[in-house]
Amino acid sequence: MQERLKQKAVELLENGGADRILGWKTGEFFYDLTPAVFTSSAEIEREFVFSAFSGANLSKYLIAESRKGGKVAAFLKPCDSYSFQQLLKEHRILRENVYIVGVQCAGMCDMEKLRARDCDGVTAVRENGEKLVAETLYGERIVDRKDVLLERCTVCKSKKIVAFDELIGEQGEEQDLGRFAEVERLEAMTPEERYAFWRGELSRCIRCNACRNVCPACSCETCIFDNANSGFRNKAAADAFEENLFHIIRAFHVAGRCTDCGECSRVCPQHIPLHLLNRKFIKDINTFYGPYQAGAELDSPSPLTDYTTADCEPSAVLTRGGNS
Amino acid sequence: MPVTETFQPTIVAFCCNWCSYAGADLSGTNRLQYPANVKIIRIPCSCRLNPLFILRAFQRGADGVILCGCHPGDCHYTTGNYYARRRMTLLFSMLDYLGIERERTRVEWVSAAEGAKFAATMQEFTAAVTKLGPNRRLEDLRCRKD
Repeated sequence: MQERLKQKAVELLENGGADRILGWKTGEFFYDLTPAVFTSSAEIEREFVFSAFSGANLSKYLIAESRKGGKVAAFLKPCDSYSFQQLLKEHRILRENVYIVGVQCAGMCDMEKLRARDCDGVTAVRENGEKLVAETLYGERIVDRKDVLLERCTVCKSKKIVAFDELIGEQGEEQDLGRFAEVERLEAMTPEERYAFWRGELSRCIRCNACRNVCPACSCETCIFDNANSGFRNKAAADAFEENLFHIIRAFHVAGRCTDCGECSRVCPQHIPLHLLNRKFIKDINTFYGPYQAGAELDSPSPLTDYTTADCEPSAVLTRGGNS
Repeated sequence: MPVTETFQPTIVAFCCNWCSYAGADLSGTNRLQYPANVKIIRIPCSCRLNPLFILRAFQRGADGVILCGCHPGDCHYTTGNYYARRRMTLLFSMLDYLGIERERTRVEWVSAAEGAKFAATMQEFTAAVTKLGPNRRLEDLRCRKD
C-alpha cells in the first residue's frame, strides 16, 4: 500500500496535479507518524510513510493548506473523508485547491495495545495481511491486527470514502459495529457511578489541549479557551470544575459536527476516553432528532442549526429511563 | 446540624427579555410570592444562553439553573427558542451523563401573561433544588463562600 501511495504522490507532483502532498512521515519513533507536507519526489521517496500507524486525520490541515496558493493533494482514509466533507460543508476548505486521494484502510493500530501483547522493545512492524509482524529486541512476535486496533477502529463506523477525486483500494460500505455500546454501559450506571467514573477519567486531564488542536471539527480561528477575556483561559485545570467545564464545552462545541473520527482519544497523552463524550452527543442527536452522521452528506441540515416544531422538550432527559 | 434545615439554595433564572422577564414582572405586580433564592438574569432571547453561562453559574455558587423563554412558536425572533430547546436538551443530557444531578437544570416556557406560572415554577424548582442539597459535583472550590 505504501508503495502505491508513494507512486501516486510522485506522479501527482510530476504531472502537475499537485504542488504539495499532504501525507505522513515518521516522527520521533517509527510508530508516531506525524502529518507532513512534501514538495519534491526526493522527499517522498525518503520520508513518506503509510503504515498501520498512519492514524492521523489529515483533513484539518487542508484548511490552511488550501489557502497557501497552488494545489495540495492529500491522502484521506474513510473516517478522514467524513471530516473533510464536514469541513467542506462548513466552507472551511477551498475545494478547488485540493486534490483528494481516497485510501482504503484496514484499521489503524495502537502502540500501547501492541506493547501489552508481549511486545516490548519493538523496533519495526511489518504488515502481513491480517497479521502484524513486530520485530522486537527479543525476536519476532506475530499478532492479529484486530487485537491491536485503535479503539475507534474496533468499532469502525464506515469504510466508505465519502469525498475523493480518485481512489486507491476498494470503495467500502458503512457498517455498524456497535460503537455506542460503551456509552450505553455508562448510561445504565447510577449518577453516582457515572460521576465517579468521569472524575477518575477527567481528573487526569493536564489541559495540554491536544484534543482540541487535533480535532477537525474544533477549528475556530479564535477559541474561547485562548481568549483571556473569557475568564475560561487556563494553563492547566485547577480543579474538578475546570476539568468538567473544559470537556463539556469542548464536546458541546463540536456536537452535531463531530464525525466520530476518534482523534481526540488517540492523541490524549493521559488516555482519557474523550470519544465517549462526543459519542454521547451523537447518540442523543440520533435518538432525539433522527439518525445523523456528520460529514456523510454535503447538503443535509446540521441538527443544531435546525429544528422542528415537534422537537422533544429538554425535560425528556429528566423523564427517560435509566437511573436517577 | 443537618444541612437540610438551614440550606437555602441559590437559583439562577435566565429569563428571556420578551416573555419570561415580563412574566416575572407580572408575578411581581400581581403580588405573587416566589422564593427570594431566585436570582433573575435577563437575556435577549432564550437562545442567547450559552452553555458556558450555565456552567459559570454553577461555578459561582448556583445550586440550580433554570432557563425561561417564550413558548415555542412565540419567540420574538421567531425561532430562537427552538434552537435553545435542542441545545439545552443535549446539554442537560450531557450533564446527566457526567453524573450531575438531572434536577439541577430545567427549561420552562413562561409567557408575559403567565405571572402565576412563573411564581409557581420558581417555588417548585426551588423546593426541588433544596431537596437535592448544595451543588457539590459542579462547583469550584475556590468560589465556595462558606
